[in-house]
Amino acid sequence: MRYAKPTDLDDALALLGKTQWRVLAGGTDFYPALGSKPLRENVLDINGLAGLRGIAETASHFIIGARTTWTDIVKADLPPAFDALWQAAREVGSVQIQNTATVAGNLCNASPAADGVPPLLILDADAELRSLGGTRHLPLGDFILGNRRTALLPGEMVTAIRVPRSSAVGASNFQKLGARRYLVISIAMAAARIAVGEDGRIADAAIAVGSCSAVAKRLTGLEAALRGLPAGPALRDIVAEARLAELAPIDDVRGTAEYRLDAAREIVFRAVMAASAHSGAETVVA
Amino acid sequence: MNTHIDFELNGAAVAVAVSPVARLASVLREELRLTGTKVGCDAGDCGACTVLLDGEPVCGCLVPAASVSGRKVRTVEGLANGSLSALQASFLEQGAAQCGICTPGLLIAATALLDRNPHPDESEVRDALGGVLCRCTGYRKIIAAVMGASRYAEQANAGAAPHPPAGTFSPQVTGRRETAATLTPPSPRPSLGEGKGEGRMPIVLASEWNEAGLDRRLPPAGRAVGASPVRLDGLAKVSGAEKFGGDSFPADALYVLVVRSPHYHARFSFGDLDAYVAASPGIAGVFTAADIPGKNCFGVIPPFADQPALAEGRARFRGEAVALIAGERAAIADLDLTKFPVTWTELPYVLESSQAQADGAFEIHAGRAKNLLTAGFVERGDPESALAAATHIVSGTIETSYVEHAYIEPEAGFAYMDGDTLVVTACTQAPYMDRDDTAKVLGLPPEKVRIVPTAAGGGFGSKLDVSLQPLIGLVALKTGRPAAIVYTRNESMTSTTKRHPASMRATVGADADGAICGMIFSGDFNTGAYASWGPTVANRVPVHASGPYVTPHYRAEGRAIHTNGPISGAFRGFGVPQATIMQETQYDELAAKLNVDRLEFRLKNGLRNGCETVTGQVLSAGVGIADCLEALKPHWARALADAESFNAKHGDRKRGVGIASCWYGCGNTSLPNPSTIKLGISPDGAVILHQGAVDIGQGSNTVIAQIAADALGVPLETLRLKSADTAITPDAGKTSASRQTFVSGKAAERAGRSLREKILRFANVSEMAALQFEGAVLVIREGDAVRRLALAGMKADADGFVFGAEETYDPPVTPLDAKGQGKPYAQYGFGAQIAELEVDMKLGTVKLIKFTAAHDVGKAINPLLAEGQIEGGIAQGIGMALMEEYIPGRTENLHDYLIPTIGDVPPIESILIEVPDPEGPFGAKGLGEHVLIPTAPAILNAIRHATGILVTKIPATPSRIRAAIREAEAKA
Repeated sequence: MRYAKPTDLDDALALLGKTQWRVLAGGTDFYPALGSKPLRENVLDINGLAGLRGIAETASHFIIGARTTWTDIVKADLPPAFDALWQAAREVGSVQIQNTATVAGNLCNASPAADGVPPLLILDADAELRSLGGTRHLPLGDFILGNRRTALLPGEMVTAIRVPRSSAVGASNFQKLGARRYLVISIAMAAARIAVGEDGRIADAAIAVGSCSAVAKRLTGLEAALRGLPAGPALRDIVAEARLAELAPIDDVRGTAEYRLDAAREIVFRAVMAASAHSGAETVVA
Repeated sequence: MNTHIDFELNGAAVAVAVSPVARLASVLREELRLTGTKVGCDAGDCGACTVLLDGEPVCGCLVPAASVSGRKVRTVEGLANGSLSALQASFLEQGAAQCGICTPGLLIAATALLDRNPHPDESEVRDALGGVLCRCTGYRKIIAAVMGASRYAEQANAGAAPHPPAGTFSPQVTGRRETAATLTPPSPRPSLGEGKGEGRMPIVLASEWNEAGLDRRLPPAGRAVGASPVRLDGLAKVSGAEKFGGDSFPADALYVLVVRSPHYHARFSFGDLDAYVAASPGIAGVFTAADIPGKNCFGVIPPFADQPALAEGRARFRGEAVALIAGERAAIADLDLTKFPVTWTELPYVLESSQAQADGAFEIHAGRAKNLLTAGFVERGDPESALAAATHIVSGTIETSYVEHAYIEPEAGFAYMDGDTLVVTACTQAPYMDRDDTAKVLGLPPEKVRIVPTAAGGGFGSKLDVSLQPLIGLVALKTGRPAAIVYTRNESMTSTTKRHPASMRATVGADADGAICGMIFSGDFNTGAYASWGPTVANRVPVHASGPYVTPHYRAEGRAIHTNGPISGAFRGFGVPQATIMQETQYDELAAKLNVDRLEFRLKNGLRNGCETVTGQVLSAGVGIADCLEALKPHWARALADAESFNAKHGDRKRGVGIASCWYGCGNTSLPNPSTIKLGISPDGAVILHQGAVDIGQGSNTVIAQIAADALGVPLETLRLKSADTAITPDAGKTSASRQTFVSGKAAERAGRSLREKILRFANVSEMAALQFEGAVLVIREGDAVRRLALAGMKADADGFVFGAEETYDPPVTPLDAKGQGKPYAQYGFGAQIAELEVDMKLGTVKLIKFTAAHDVGKAINPLLAEGQIEGGIAQGIGMALMEEYIPGRTENLHDYLIPTIGDVPPIESILIEVPDPEGPFGAKGLGEHVLIPTAPAILNAIRHATGILVTKIPATPSRIRAAIREAEAKA
C-alpha cells in the first residue's frame, strides 16, 4: 500500500490519475469503515491541501472547500438560507466529530442518513469534481446515486461544494428526529428553505427529507403546492395531503417505514413553519 | 511505512516513528505509553479517546498520526501539570467519576469548554459533552462538576486557597503515581512480578490525603459511616493514572486475536494450521480446543457449566470463539483474519425463545429438552380461586429486548507465567470465580492461577463471567510468553453476555377495597446459547415478580430458554427489571379500574414489617417500601399538578407522571454467599485492609473502608488498601447481586470489631477506649489512662501484621422448597421512583423532565456514592425503557446500539430513606441493582398517563409509541 500527503492540488490530482486511492480527509468515516481490519488500500491524505479548507464567495456562488469541517460551518457567517446547514452542522455526530469531519466527506460517504445532505439539497448545491482531465459540476442529486454510491469517477475527487447565490434566499430550518439527544443517526430529518413575500405568501420553497429513501430527496411536488400560499399553520393540511412520492422509507432498527413517512410529514411541516417564521425554533425534536 | 512525526504533547516536544495513518489514540497509548487516553469503540461513538488538538476536542481514534505533525496535543495527563486542575478537583468533590473509564474523555471535552467559557450553563455543558458516553454515573454529577469548576479556580485566584498556581490544586505527592505530564520514554513495565504482595490498587496514606488541596471531607474517627469522603481511589481516575485492563501490557507480550463464528449456528473445521503459522511472519501460534489441557467447559454456576472456552467443531452463537492467533504486536495488527483457514457450514438456528420451544425444534444442548435450561417456581395459596373472586382483574403481556451492558471499557488483560503460576491481570467483577474457571479449563490447580484485577471500566454483571481469561491464559501457558488482548467493541458486544429478553404474561386481581388478592405470572427468558446466569434469572424472577406488595395468592414461573442468540447473563437486576415492568404497569391499570390514586394504591398494598412475602418469608424488620412511597407523596402531588396544568394548555405535547416501586433481595438466592475480609496493623502504624470486594466504579473501595474504619475505631485516612488479588486477599465474593455493601461490608464490620477486640484485650482496656496512631506508635486512651504500643518493636505475623483479624460473613438463607417457599435472602432493599416526562404526540418522542427517587438503603454508608448509584441506575433504566435494543448481527456497535447520552438524563432528586436492616452492617442494605428496577416501569406508566397508551414491546422507541398512539386514534 502507498501513502501520500500532497500539499498541492495538482499533485493530488496527478496521483489520483495514476492509480486507485482511498481519500482520507476528516477520518470520521475512514476509520470506522476500516474497523480493526488491516489497511490494504493506497491512502491519499488530502489534509495537506490547505486551499481546500474554508468558505469563499464569488459573484455567483458560495464555495465550500472540500476540507471545510462542520465546525467551520458552525463558525461561519452565512445568510439565513444556510440556517438549516448551520443547524445540521451542530448535529453531525458530536463536537469531536464536527471538529474534523468535512462537509464533502459527508456527501462522499453517501449514507442515507447523512445530516448534511438535505440542507445542501435545499440550497441547490452542486459538487465540484476535479481530475487531471478537468473539472465538472454535478448537482447533489446527481452526485449521490444511492446508499454508499456516488458519481465520482476514477481519478476524480470532490474539491468543493457550490451554492448558487440565486438559491441563498429566504430562511431555512433543519429538523432532526433521533432516538436520543446526541451522537445519533437520524430516523428521519427534514430541511426547508422558505422565502416569504411581502404579501405574506410563500414566494419560494425548497424542501428535502433524509433517511426516508436511499438518497435524501427534494419534495418538488410539495414545494410546488406551497408556492403562493399564505405562510401559517394552515399549511399543515397541505403537508398532510401531499403525496411525498419521492420518499421510499424502509423498516429498520430505528423505526418502521410507516413511522418514517408519518414522522417525515410532521418534521417537514415544522421545518416549513420555522423557516417561514424565520425563527430560531428548536432544531432537534428528540 | 513508518514516518517520523514531531508534535507537541502536553507542552513537551515529542517525536514518533509510526504509520502516518496510525490512529492518534493508539500512538499515544502504544508508542508513547500514555494510557490515560482510553479507547472504547475505535469509531467515534463513545468519545473516551477525546484529546485536544490545538485546543479543540477530537476523537483520538479518528485522527491520523500525520495530522498532528507540528501541532499541539493535550491529553488527560497534561491537565494536571503538577497539580490537579480545578476541573479535576471538582470531579472528585462532586463524585463525577465512578469507574473512571470515560473520565479522561469527559475532562478533556470539558476543559475545551471551560477554556473559552468558564461559567457554562447546563445546556452548554451538555452540548460540549454530548459526544462522550458514560455508563455509570447518569451524568448529573458530571454536569454539576463542570458547572462548579469555576468555584475552585476563583478560590485560587482570590488567594483564598493555599494553592500556588492559579486555578490548580496540589496533587497527592506520592512518588508512585503519575500525575504530571511527564513524558516518560516508552519503557516496559519494570517487572512482571510488580504488585506482588501489594495488589494493584493505589494505597492511601494519611500524608497524601493531608497534602491534597481539595476538601476530601475526611471524617473523624468513628464518623466514617454516613460521611461522604471523596472516593479513596478517585485521584487516579481523574489524573489518567488509573490502570484498566488494557493499560499495563508487558512490552514483550504476544498479542492475541480471537477467531469467532460469523454465524448463529455452524459446524466448522480448520485447514492446515501449522502451515498457516509457518507462512505468517510474526505469528507465534494458533490454538484451538484441541490445545486446551483441562476441561473445556466453564460456567458461573457449576452444575450448569456448558460453555467451551474455544468451541469444539460447532459454534452455537455468532461471536463464539473458535481459535486463537498469537503473535507479535505489529504482526497481529496487520493480520487479515479473512485468510485464516477455517471452513464454516451453517446450520439452522433459532433466535427467539418461542421458536426454540416449538415442537420439533432441535436441541441446542443435547439433553436440554425443548431447549429449557431450567425454570424457577414460586406458589403460594390458591391464585386461580383468588383471581376468580377478585373484583378487578387485569391481564397482559410485555416483551423486552436484549440489552447490552455497554461499559466503555471493552474486556482487556494480559497473562503470564510466574514460575509455575499463571497470572491473569484483567478487568473483572469476580476474581475467585475467574481463578477457578480458568484453572479448570487449563488443567491447573486453582492455587496455580492468580487473578490480579485491574480497575474495571464498568461491569454491570457482564464481567462476572470469564471472557478472555482462559484464552490469554492458554497462550501464556503454551508459549511461556506474556499474552495480551483487548477486545474490539464488536467482540465485546457479540461475545459477552446480555440482559435476557423476556416474554411475560401476568394477571393480577384486587378486591373492591383495592387490596391485591392474587397474581399469576409466567415469563420466558431467552438465555441464549449457554447457561451463564440463566438459572439465576429463572429463580430470582418468581421470587420478585410480586413487587414489594402483599400478595396472598400467587404463582410465578420463570423459564430460561436456550436459543442461538447472544448469551444472556447477569445484568443489574437478574431479570427483576423485566418482571417489574410487567407487574408495575399492571398495578397502574388496576388503580385505574379501582379509580384510586396510583401511589396510594401501592402504599395500601406495600409490604410492612411482619408481612410474609410470596415465598412465605416473614420480614420482621427493615421493610422500607412504605417509607419510600410516603416520602414521594409531596413530589407526586406536585408533579401531577404540573402535568395537569401543562396539558390544559397543550395538545400536541402531553405530559405524564409515572411511579413504580422495587424490592430486591441482596446476595445469592438461597445459596451460600460468603465474604471474607482481612485487616491488620502494620509495624509502621498503618491499618492494612485487604479489600477484596472488587470496585467496578460503585465505590466498594471507599464504602468497605468506611465500615472497617468505624468498626475498628480509627480515622479513615489511616487505612491502606490492598486489592482483590487472589494471591494476597481473601475471597470477598463477586461484585454482584447488590451484595458488597451488605455481605462484604458485614465481614468488614466483623473483622474491624474483631481486630479492635484483640488490641483492646492486649492493652487490657475496655470497649470504651480510643485508638490513635502517632507514627508507628499506637496510642490507646481510656479516660486518663494512656497506653502507648511501639508497633515497630512488636512481632509481625505471616501477613506482616502486629495485630490482625479475618472474618467471614455468610447471609443466613434457606433453600426454597418445591413450591418456592423458604427464605431466599437475608436482606431486601426497597425503593420507588417518579418519572415526569413529555410526549410529542405527533412524533412519539419522549422528553424526560425529572426523576424523583426514594430508596431505602438501611443506612447510607456514603450518601454521595449512594446518590451516584441511583443516578447511574436511572440512566440505565432510561436506556432500557426508551432506546436500548440489541439485535445480533445488526447493532454490534455503539452507533446502532444506543445508550443514553448526557442529553438524555434529566435532573434526578434522590431521597435516601434509612430503615435499618437487622442484618446489614450499621443497618445498611444493598442498592446497586435496586436503583435500575423502578425506572423503566415508571417511564412506561408516565407515557401511559400522558397518552393513554401502554407500549408492550420494550424499548418504547418513538416508532413504537407513535404506532400505539395512531392505533388508539384509529379506534377512537
